[in-house]
Amino acid sequence: MADLELANIEKHYGAVHAVRDVSLTVQSGAFVVLVGPSGCGKSTLLRAIAGLEDITSGDIRIGGQSVTRLAPRARNVAMVFQSYALYPYLTVYENIAFGLRARGEPEQRLDERVRWAADTLSITDYLERHPRELSGGQRQRVAIGRAIVREADLYLFDEPLSNLDAKLRDGMREELKRLHARLGRTFIYVTHDQIEAMTLADRIVLLRDGMIEQDGTPLELFEEPASRFVAGFLGSPPMNMLNVRLAEAGKQIHLSQDLMLPIAGGAAPAQDGEYVWGIRPEQVRLAEAGAPALKGTVDVLQPTGSRLLATVLIGAQKLTAELDAHCGVSPGQEIALSVAISRTVFFDGEGRRVGPATAG
Amino acid sequence: MRRWEHGWRLVLRMILALAIALFFVFPIYWLASISFKSPEEIFAYPPVWVPAELNVSAYIALFRDGDAWAVWNSLVTAGLSTVIAMILGTLAAYGIVRYRTGGENLTIWIISQRMIPPICVAFPIFLLFVALGLIDTFVGLITLYTAFNLPYVIWMMRGYIQDIPLELEQSALVDGLSRWAVITKVIIPMARGGFFATAVFTFIFAWNDFLFALVLTRSEVVTYPVQVTGYFGSQSTFWSQIGAMSMLGVLPMMVVVATMQRFIVRGMSMGAVKG
Ligand SMILES: Nc1ncnc2c1ncn2[C@@H]1O[C@H](COP(=O)(O)OP(=O)(O)OP(=O)(O)O)[C@@H](O)[C@H]1O
Ligand SMILES: [Mg+2]
Repeated sequence: MADLELANIEKHYGAVHAVRDVSLTVQSGAFVVLVGPSGCGKSTLLRAIAGLEDITSGDIRIGGQSVTRLAPRARNVAMVFQSYALYPYLTVYENIAFGLRARGEPEQRLDERVRWAADTLSITDYLERHPRELSGGQRQRVAIGRAIVREADLYLFDEPLSNLDAKLRDGMREELKRLHARLGRTFIYVTHDQIEAMTLADRIVLLRDGMIEQDGTPLELFEEPASRFVAGFLGSPPMNMLNVRLAEAGKQIHLSQDLMLPIAGGAAPAQDGEYVWGIRPEQVRLAEAGAPALKGTVDVLQPTGSRLLATVLIGAQKLTAELDAHCGVSPGQEIALSVAISRTVFFDGEGRRVGPATAG
Repeated sequence: MRRWEHGWRLVLRMILALAIALFFVFPIYWLASISFKSPEEIFAYPPVWVPAELNVSAYIALFRDGDAWAVWNSLVTAGLSTVIAMILGTLAAYGIVRYRTGGENLTIWIISQRMIPPICVAFPIFLLFVALGLIDTFVGLITLYTAFNLPYVIWMMRGYIQDIPLELEQSALVDGLSRWAVITKVIIPMARGGFFATAVFTFIFAWNDFLFALVLTRSEVVTYPVQVTGYFGSQSTFWSQIGAMSMLGVLPMMVVVATMQRFIVRGMSMGAVKG
């Protein structure tokens, strides 16, 4: 077992600066998810760890040993590719055994390992078939089987679930998590899907334009986003971003000329001025009579079954609120909303989060 | 269902297929029949369709006089040059595809070598081979055929290798294969159909070459096409020997095509990647 250290990784593709000064230490046994929008450098970073991509500068260490100059096969990592990368001319059994054969595993041990992996992924019945005789979900399992059959220091996954339909994906997420717990090995998992990131990771590394935007547990990123970008990326439906002005040393939030909400001292930044106010839909409730409230008009309602998503017009700005399915509001209705202000966040003009006065 | 109509269609189809097959098989049959005919039968008019008896004297003569060695010479030169051209050509094509060796232009330059009409270079090559002492040697012919086929192999294999998803190779590299092992365990199996088809054509080019074999050989490594011409005399033409020698030249090709057929199946790459 070995820790993974990335030290000041840089990667240029000609003029494209794909990875910028990424440093990261991953404890052995962790489940780290690299997440970010398309083109942010997730795959590049993962492939650099596998040795499939040379890095421009920096150092990659596994278990304290620098592997930067080593060929992929000398790094003892296993990888699951987005396209599955199964060999069509080999049976499922031989596909899974491929890496063990390459490393000269004795036949008996090889057989044990392949059967164990197939059993773990419930594909024992298909061992003698060829990949073309499998469904997408079954191929996916074989691809994962090819990786877990090996006893590698690191298991790398590049968007392994992105070709599956939503239902299969939910099932596979759960299985991956169970698998990780069982193997106790380090998983590094790339996705652009925030739900996968939140549900799978013990640690999320959010990348943006080749740089680490924030790095922490899913809850940290969700509740304490370092920036507007992070806050907007995680959570579904996404966080509301309202343009506001703070006044009276953070005791008043002005949403427009004639819309003001008084707030308790210390919940908002002390410095007055223009901010973006980040409110998650689930932090909004129908206000009780007499309490300070945001008044608005219901625009669109989207019932999800368990909840009701209401888009409410507050002045010229839109706010999505997640209300009780049976709250009985209807489009066009005037409603008053209360916000759990202490749990909301404020961002400055650059999109950086500004902490509340009490914290500062 | 209208079985009756279905049955008639099938019969018509069979008749048509049979007619077409006959049309193409007949020349080979005629060649074979000549090799077994007696001299009178060969020149008989109206033609004799089936020889009265299997007269193998032409074959006996070929083997007795040692002329049949020409087929062996052809097998060795065509076979070895094919093996060498396939190995070198596949490696070169892999380098061109994966490492972009020579950029855009190298491949075009390579294939342009194949476009030179052989007759234009036959005389210079003859002089060169005289100077190098390669006239009438296996090494000489094999080298020449390899050089002539290499551009074709590189060109074809380059196309097949380009179609192989890169991730299949990368997955193998991560799994512990060296580059060399990737070529034998991933590239060649993935390109198997194209690989064997290319090998067959390479073999046929060398097998059928007449020009270079005529110019560059004398007596030691005469190949079968050159040997056949030896039976066209100024006084008389030995038709039964021509027929028998030609049959010896056709048979190996039939064996090659029949054995390679099962490798040249399409659709091998289905299911490699998503979809
Ligand atoms: N071989 C390459 N040559 C040139 N530029 C490349 C190459 N590979 C990637 N890039 C660029 O590097 C950047 C990062 O690419 P990368 O594939 O790592 O993105 P990603 O985060 O994995 O995106 P996605 O979610 O779409 O897979 C992109 O701007 C991409 O265009
Ligand atoms: Mg990617």
